[in-house]
Amino acid sequence: METVLGRYRNLIILVGVLFLQALGLAVQVKRTSDAESTRLIRVWAVGAITPLERSLVWGQTYSGNLWHNYFYLRGARAENRQLKEQIDQLRLEQVRLNQDAEQAHRLQALLSFKERYISKTVAAQVIGSSGSDQSRSVYIDKGVSDGIEQGMAVITADGVVGKVLSVFPSTSLVLLINDQSSGVGAILEKSRLQGVLRGTPNGEVMLERVMSDEQVAPGETLLTSGGDQIFPKGLPLGRVAKVAGADSGLFLNVKVKPAANLGRLEEVLVVLAKQEHQATAEGTGRVRTVDIMAQRLPSVPDKPAVSAGGTGTGVPGTAANDGAAKTTTVKPQSQTGAKPQTSAPSVRPKPAESDTTKPQGSVSMTGVLNKAATNPAAGVTSAAPGTMTAPGKRAIFPPKTVGPATTTPASEDDSH
Amino acid sequence: MPITYTSGEQVEVYRFRVPVTVGVPLLALFLQAFVPLRFPFFSVFDLPLLVTIFFAMARRNPVSGLLTGALIGLIQDALTHRAIGLYGIAKTVVGFGASSLGAKLDVENAGARFLLTLGFYLVHSAVYFTVARGMVSLTLDWSWSRGVLAGLANAAVGVALYFVLDRFKQRT
Repeated sequence: METVLGRYRNLIILVGVLFLQALGLAVQVKRTSDAESTRLIRVWAVGAITPLERSLVWGQTYSGNLWHNYFYLRGARAENRQLKEQIDQLRLEQVRLNQDAEQAHRLQALLSFKERYISKTVAAQVIGSSGSDQSRSVYIDKGVSDGIEQGMAVITADGVVGKVLSVFPSTSLVLLINDQSSGVGAILEKSRLQGVLRGTPNGEVMLERVMSDEQVAPGETLLTSGGDQIFPKGLPLGRVAKVAGADSGLFLNVKVKPAANLGRLEEVLVVLAKQEHQATAEGTGRVRTVDIMAQRLPSVPDKPAVSAGGTGTGVPGTAANDGAAKTTTVKPQSQTGAKPQTSAPSVRPKPAESDTTKPQGSVSMTGVLNKAATNPAAGVTSAAPGTMTAPGKRAIFPPKTVGPATTTPASEDDSH
Repeated sequence: MPITYTSGEQVEVYRFRVPVTVGVPLLALFLQAFVPLRFPFFSVFDLPLLVTIFFAMARRNPVSGLLTGALIGLIQDALTHRAIGLYGIAKTVVGFGASSLGAKLDVENAGARFLLTLGFYLVHSAVYFTVARGMVSLTLDWSWSRGVLAGLANAAVGVALYFVLDRFKQRT
């Protein structure tokens, strides 16, 4: 007996070690959640590896910042100018989008919809990966101590990245959307077809559960549907890259190119909290279209208070229309960077007649524009469709945003 | 052919200092987790596997080899979100095989190391896929062309790595 044991000692130990590991695997597979049972070894492994990664990332970031922020500033001035121009363009775009959002809010309120939006995020840096093609996941430098919890959504400015799978004291493991065990509720932006976005073993991303008799066009944008209760609705997931399998099978094979660059992640945002509330038409607390407009316009000097008997015509130089007169006293403090004070009581005690659909508290240059539209002599004139001229300043507005102003006839008379 | 059969008395058995025994596998695991973030193609390489093969072949002790492989594999498993034991089992087998072969073959030259590393890479992949499919029901795609190419790449890197690690060897 001793001879046999001695002769096959190595083989017996091999079988023993393999058996133990296979047993451990079987236990993990049998349990629905192995998070707790294997937590200790994971904590040790992560604790041994991630500090090195964290320090290396920190050093890399520090030296990179030192170089880029202090030494390598070539072209910064030109870039700054370009960015300012871009900001101007984006502000105009924001004006249009805010109008659309306001309208959507009003409609949602009419239909008693509940809306959900991201209310709190935390920025995190990607410090490591699983190092395996069979496990597409990354480690971030935020953990329990930063308020991260299991199941939280992880995004970038480009789109969805994944969700938090495991949380450690100062790091977290994020499962990417191209892992085969991930799944995200998705909806196609134009056709509104819903499906499930899944990763494949070779790291591709496929949209599943789309019936083969549906039409899906390559290039169409894919958004989160919100149905998975993890990702807020409307976040970009990617674009349809290829559609196949329409002839055979019940479902289409829709290959998707992820919006976020999953191969080169550096900084991500973890969605800490989503807020759900009843949709309201009131835009309190949000940046409104009119505020942005006000920021882009120069200060309008106070008009001489001349009473004209309350006719409400809004003729310049009269204070007959209180609303119009007060509206022009809005002082856009954009020059100093402060938000313009446009609270209803102090600015517009009486709503302007032409702006009756505006909710209480949302006073602004819209009233002025409407006045301008209905009365070219209201103090602000339109030089040409799509443009609005104000004293000393020329602002361009998209036609959709300020429809009335665009239809205002051109006036040579710029009395201000 | 560079692989030659040698008697047990002819082969030299090496040992390593504790910092090397602990530090090199940890460094390999760290690089495996960190470098693919900057260079995604790096995930083709399996540095922990190469380190397992090196230590197993140098020590030429099957028990030591399989335990080294098991430990490195389990830590590698712990860094993924999969069940722990997939890499552990695969590297245990590789550690045992490499140390057993190391006791019988001359594995000091580049050609032998290249072929052995290629072979063990394929064995490692086969065991991993078998266990993953058979026990964990993972759906994995196996491509022979990709597998062999990855094996060749690992073998090439392995040969270079082994010559670097040879400096830490100590004769018993």
